[in-house]
Amino acid sequence: MSLTHLELLEAESIQIMREVVAETEKPVMLYSIGKDSGVMLHLALKAFYPARPPFPLLHVDTTWKFRDMYAMRARMADESGMELLVHKNPDAIAKNINPFTHGSAVHTDIWKTEGLKQALDKYGFDAAFGGARRDEEKSRAKERVFSFRSAQHRWDPKNQRPELWRLYNTRKQKGESIRVFPLSNWTEMDVWQYIYLEGIPIVPLYYAAERPIVEREGALIMVDDERMPLKPGEKPDLRMVRFRTLGCYPLTGAVESTATTLPEIIREMQESKVSERQGRVIDYDSPSSMEQKKQEGYF
Amino acid sequence: MRRLALQPDGATDADLRVAKSLLRFNTCGSVDDGKSTLIGRMLFESGVIPKDQLAQLETDSKRVGTRPGEIDYALLLDGLSAEREQGITIDVSYRFFATDKRKFIVADTPGHEQYTRNMVTGASTADLSIILTDARKGVLTQTRRHSYLVWLLGIRHAVLVVNKMDLVDYSREVFDRIEDDYKKFAEQLGFDAITCIPISAVRGDNIIQHSAATPWYQGPTLMGLLNEVQVDHSRLRADPLRLPVQWVNRPNLDFRGFAGTIVAGTVKPGDAVRVQPSGKTTTVARIATFDGDLSEASVGQSITLTLADEIDVSRGDLIVTSDAPAEVANQFEATVVWMHEAPLLRGRTYLMKIGTKTVTATIGAIKHKINVNSLEQVPAPTLGLNEIGVCNLELDRPIAFDPYKVNRDTGGFILIDRMTNDTVGAGMLHFALRRAQNVHWQAQDVNKAARSAIKGQKPVLLWYTGLSGAGKSTIANLVDKRLHSMNRHTYLLDGDNVRHGLNKDLGFTAADRVENIRRIAEVAKLMVDAGLIVSTAFISPFRAEREMARYLLPPGEFIEIFIDTPLAIAEQRDPKGLYKKARRGELKNFTGIDSPYEIPEKPELRIDTTAMTPEAAAERVVAFLQARGVLEAPPA
Repeated sequence: MSLTHLELLEAESIQIMREVVAETEKPVMLYSIGKDSGVMLHLALKAFYPARPPFPLLHVDTTWKFRDMYAMRARMADESGMELLVHKNPDAIAKNINPFTHGSAVHTDIWKTEGLKQALDKYGFDAAFGGARRDEEKSRAKERVFSFRSAQHRWDPKNQRPELWRLYNTRKQKGESIRVFPLSNWTEMDVWQYIYLEGIPIVPLYYAAERPIVEREGALIMVDDERMPLKPGEKPDLRMVRFRTLGCYPLTGAVESTATTLPEIIREMQESKVSERQGRVIDYDSPSSMEQKKQEGYF
Repeated sequence: MRRLALQPDGATDADLRVAKSLLRFNTCGSVDDGKSTLIGRMLFESGVIPKDQLAQLETDSKRVGTRPGEIDYALLLDGLSAEREQGITIDVSYRFFATDKRKFIVADTPGHEQYTRNMVTGASTADLSIILTDARKGVLTQTRRHSYLVWLLGIRHAVLVVNKMDLVDYSREVFDRIEDDYKKFAEQLGFDAITCIPISAVRGDNIIQHSAATPWYQGPTLMGLLNEVQVDHSRLRADPLRLPVQWVNRPNLDFRGFAGTIVAGTVKPGDAVRVQPSGKTTTVARIATFDGDLSEASVGQSITLTLADEIDVSRGDLIVTSDAPAEVANQFEATVVWMHEAPLLRGRTYLMKIGTKTVTATIGAIKHKINVNSLEQVPAPTLGLNEIGVCNLELDRPIAFDPYKVNRDTGGFILIDRMTNDTVGAGMLHFALRRAQNVHWQAQDVNKAARSAIKGQKPVLLWYTGLSGAGKSTIANLVDKRLHSMNRHTYLLDGDNVRHGLNKDLGFTAADRVENIRRIAEVAKLMVDAGLIVSTAFISPFRAEREMARYLLPPGEFIEIFIDTPLAIAEQRDPKGLYKKARRGELKNFTGIDSPYEIPEKPELRIDTTAMTPEAAAERVVAFLQARGVLEAPPA
């Protein structure tokens, strides 16, 4: 009886995580509360069982996540028994950076990109797990599982180490750090199927429900709290929607859906043909925008 | 993995396609062969391209597409903006698609000669290779090269896709001739299976459905083949257990587990196992997982074992079936694929990572390199970027291994440069050199301590390094005279007594310089072992060789003395007229002129010759040795 694709993907991710723990000094797991983070955390619990994963979780918080996400974050920190570090960029707090006044590009750069660099420097982490997948976006398809960053957190796509077999060269120069992507070879469908088979908790926003929605430039934006300024004449409508990806609520578009269970979500995906990042505003800022962000230090 | 019960809405696991098999394959061919178009087409046909990306593709096809009025599927693949500008794919990229039965991971690697490195990387994890050729061109040199490379990496099923059949009017004769040519060649290599398929990536012929344009073709379509082909995991499952220990799991005093990914065989509680290289035996107690203990685990699974006895096991060890262990050796013959601009040199030492173990490996004789176009073996003193050769390797300690052709994970390795940390090569072990088993160290009763004691001294190696004309020999000679006058037993190795004898067969190429220093270091090591205070005065321009010499000796016995003289001053002194000759171009590879000198990063002692006379410098060295306790301090 040979192993299924999910069993093989699981084994590969676990092998990657154990290699990081064996060969680096101070790893951390970037936990962004979404479904991929949920899968990654679940895999970590499996990889190190019966020990607790020997690293903390780090959430680079923008203060603009959905309320349901903060609830899930508290629950998972509690259930995993792992230390949860939350970093909010103090400059962003001081300047009250937000997506409405400053736009998505500035908001993302200051809260997330700068915030992440600050947090990694502050704690001195030399390796950080991220839940990115190669199927998400074109520039990811060529990124290695072990992706090196200079002391200034820059990525050099022209100078990546070849990765053969299951052998990862984890050696780094002083000041360098590694971003590690254990879910590199998973697709969105794999993630949903795995969540279904393993019963992994996910934020309820992934399931369809009636939610207060305003439509802006074609994107369905949920009015999650009173901080969202409504334009004249704009009134939230209750619409049956769900989210395929979760980020800052003003920057994350919902999709119309009636899928209220995991099997329904999976079946909807088998039929639907719209990419999951379409709901994300940041990818559309400029051509090659994700690649540029990554060179600058975005995860 | 748990299986949930039937869902309230009646969905079953089968409906949700949660139990697929996995096939990894790589694709070889150049842009001209239509490789990107083919992969783009497969992604498109399998339905993984979302609507919004298809809309983007139509826009892009109009703007930059190569075929007016048609969808350019190749545009789905170009990932990085640098490549998009150059119009070529420059690295390995991974793509994913799935059918109802199977998930596919595609390693897409470019076919240009300079990218051997990428193709080898992509093939290292593949179960099958798709090799593309243009029907108008047939089997080319590059087709043979790609086939050889994937065969070398252990792929046993080659699929030759003959593309652009539409441009040869779907001619059966053309296809038959190409198939015939290819099989003649590929059968020699030794593939287990070879399949040739006539297609047109642009038109979609024989990709999903049999094409009406090729009624004479009875074989499988490309997707049909990929969906049905047997993945040969069964052989590895039937092999003896191989579990490289990746991490020791010790959450508390009651649990000591050994975590790793099984790379061959199966394991059950109660199985007799052996831990290599130590050879200790015990039995498996439990296979502990998050979902409860397992009664069995097999190749591909990442597990945690506990053992019945408290024996010493650590990361890098190999847990194996007790009566079918791996071989243990420290000298090998291997094929090496070189992946770095700085060449592979005989005598140079690299880190070698194999499985979960990292050791140091010194390159022995380079037997030959392989011309990847003709497959001829040609003599080679070094291996350059993207060259492949067969060489001997000597490790600093024995490891457990299987030949690569038996197991990729216990026989495949990477080489890492110790200074830059770059992955500079990848290799495949062939077999252990018998020498390793037959040449045992003769334990000597009169040892280094006894030999040193009779001389009443501490043996050390004083390694002088610096530019030609820096003053190394002059200072070393003065120090040697001082030590001799203090009744110390010494020996000075320099250019005169080494280059004219032991090393008279060596020239001044980079490879010969490395070998020169390797021999000097080994001789110096023997002399230190004999209890002598040894001095060596050689330019020794490369850090790697000085570090190699340092590692030959126990800590504290290697003393690097950097004779620091600026190039301008050394050139002005020019005691042997060598700089003048080099400047006139009569002397090639002269350090400081057309060959680099790598300045020591942390020498034990640095002598600035612009600030002191040679006599004062010699005093500094002697004072340093006294401070170090190598020599007795002078009476106060």
